[in-house]
Amino acid sequence: MLLFKLAFKNLIAAGLRTWLSVGVLAFAYILIIFYNGLLDGWNQQARTDSIAWEFGHGQLWHADYDPYDPFSIQEAHGEIPKEFKENLVPILVRQATIYPQGRLQSVLLKGIPANQNILVLPTRSLLESSDGTIKAIIGSQMATSTKLKKGSTVLMRWRDKNGTFDAMEIEIADVFQTNVPAVDNGTIWVDMSTLAKITGIEGMATYLVASKDFTKPNSSNWIFHSQSSLLKSIDDIIAPKKISGYIIYTMLLGLAFLAIFDTQVMSIFRRQKEIGIFIALGMTRWQVVRMFTIEGSSNSLLGAAAGAVFGTPLFIYFARNGIVMPDYAQSSGIVMSQTMFPAFGVGLVVTTIVLVIIASTVVSFLPARKIAKMDPTLALKGKIQ
Amino acid sequence: MQNIISLKNVTKRFPVGDGFFTALEDINLEFKKGEFSGLVGPSGSGKTTLLNIIGSLDSPTEGTAEVLGKNISALSHKESALLRNHQIGFIFQEYHLLPVYTVYENIEFALLLQNIEASKRKKAVMEALEWVGLVDKKDSKPDKLSGGESQRVAVARAIVKRPAILLADEPSANLDAENAHSIMRMMQRLNKELDTTFIFSTHDEKVMGYLSRIVHLKDGKVAKDEIREPIKNA
Repeated sequence: MLLFKLAFKNLIAAGLRTWLSVGVLAFAYILIIFYNGLLDGWNQQARTDSIAWEFGHGQLWHADYDPYDPFSIQEAHGEIPKEFKENLVPILVRQATIYPQGRLQSVLLKGIPANQNILVLPTRSLLESSDGTIKAIIGSQMATSTKLKKGSTVLMRWRDKNGTFDAMEIEIADVFQTNVPAVDNGTIWVDMSTLAKITGIEGMATYLVASKDFTKPNSSNWIFHSQSSLLKSIDDIIAPKKISGYIIYTMLLGLAFLAIFDTQVMSIFRRQKEIGIFIALGMTRWQVVRMFTIEGSSNSLLGAAAGAVFGTPLFIYFARNGIVMPDYAQSSGIVMSQTMFPAFGVGLVVTTIVLVIIASTVVSFLPARKIAKMDPTLALKGKIQ
Repeated sequence: MQNIISLKNVTKRFPVGDGFFTALEDINLEFKKGEFSGLVGPSGSGKTTLLNIIGSLDSPTEGTAEVLGKNISALSHKESALLRNHQIGFIFQEYHLLPVYTVYENIEFALLLQNIEASKRKKAVMEALEWVGLVDKKDSKPDKLSGGESQRVAVARAIVKRPAILLADEPSANLDAENAHSIMRMMQRLNKELDTTFIFSTHDEKVMGYLSRIVHLKDGKVAKDEIREPIKNA
């Protein structure tokens, strides 16, 4: 305790040098916590949205289904086994073309039972109308790009199971707002029974989305993709961003640690007499080393305190109000909400502070250990050792 | 009186280039409890080196230095720190006060190292401040003190822990005559009141006048060991 008290006294007495290091460290703390909080918030939101809108609690894919291969989609479907009737929602994927404002646009036509309740898609709007019009729902990005809105009609052309083209006006029954581009961009959702009727493909699916009560059956034709494996794509997007973040704040912390190291070297050089006095008054050399180490690493404690003073209101503001992302961010193909809410967890804050304190302690100790080899009689004379 | 410092054939050599410089050679001395003595000699005669050995800041190259029954050469860093902390007080020519601490904190420092409880610490520090007449300066920083006041604080810091031995290295070198006499009178009074052994290193006539024993050093050897009545008395 005494060493802490002495170290803090010396640190405060060092004035501007201390406050420069503390300022850089406080800025580094705020930046690290904010950037990581932003990525964590994005990750959490993206996971929650992807589970709710797209992945459910896992998916069963037809063995031939590859969402990244447009040439195989048309044939990648199979009969839904009887044991797949519960806790699963089947989705049949077909290719189609729409002609909004006379332009041609290829789309993925997805059939989903209108009465499903595993995904949050507003499929109730797909219930067939009495006049026989095909009802469809689309996402807001799709609506923007095609200039379609709720109640609009558009000509759609598709192939049936024999490869014969057919076409009909469809009506946009609803436009939903989602952060998940995979269910929005270039996708038109229709009722499964309607799709079966117009294509002649009955009782078949391309993939099935599982509810949380689903237990995986044994089937060689259907491959189960767990929720975590499906979410991996989000982790894969965020991981490089975290790495670029690490590079930025490693540089920032490097500057702060360089300042601490430099201050320590200068202190030990300039305060040799003081070191001699401490030893003459009865401190052991290692007590003096510890005191100088605590003095250096206390920069990071003061930095944490200063960071808390300036950072806490900032973090609270952004955690409550979020950060509004630009419109083009939504169309980037990455799961990203319009307003991103950073998640500043206790773990993130504590881990950041502990890591910075450990690193600053090491940086402070390296020059301070020279004191252990000092001759106190020369130190008292202020002779360079 | 009881011997508390015993130096037998003490030699100290420092490496210089390829050879050695002999700072002390075959010193044989004993100091008794309560002595008010001084090591006198020109610069380079080995006064400070001898004080450093007695103060366990250094150890002899040859011979034995026993302080309060402890062989200085055989002490570990921790043991010699403990000896200095509890039994030896230092007063330096340049005062060597800790610049970021107040007068009170400078004096309190040695007691903090001894883990003495707060109330006892305060009592001892205030008593030491009264001895040196600086109660009104207790909250001042060293840079606000005159040379004489700084040396008084250094004396208070040295005696606050009631050491058995007080080593003063050229304590009057940076003081004017009036302050030098004032400091010496104060130390002489403390020597009588506390029975602390004082050993000075000096070549100042003003200091020598107060000493009851003068050990003359020349070229690292004892040239003369003189027991006498002090000319000046507090």
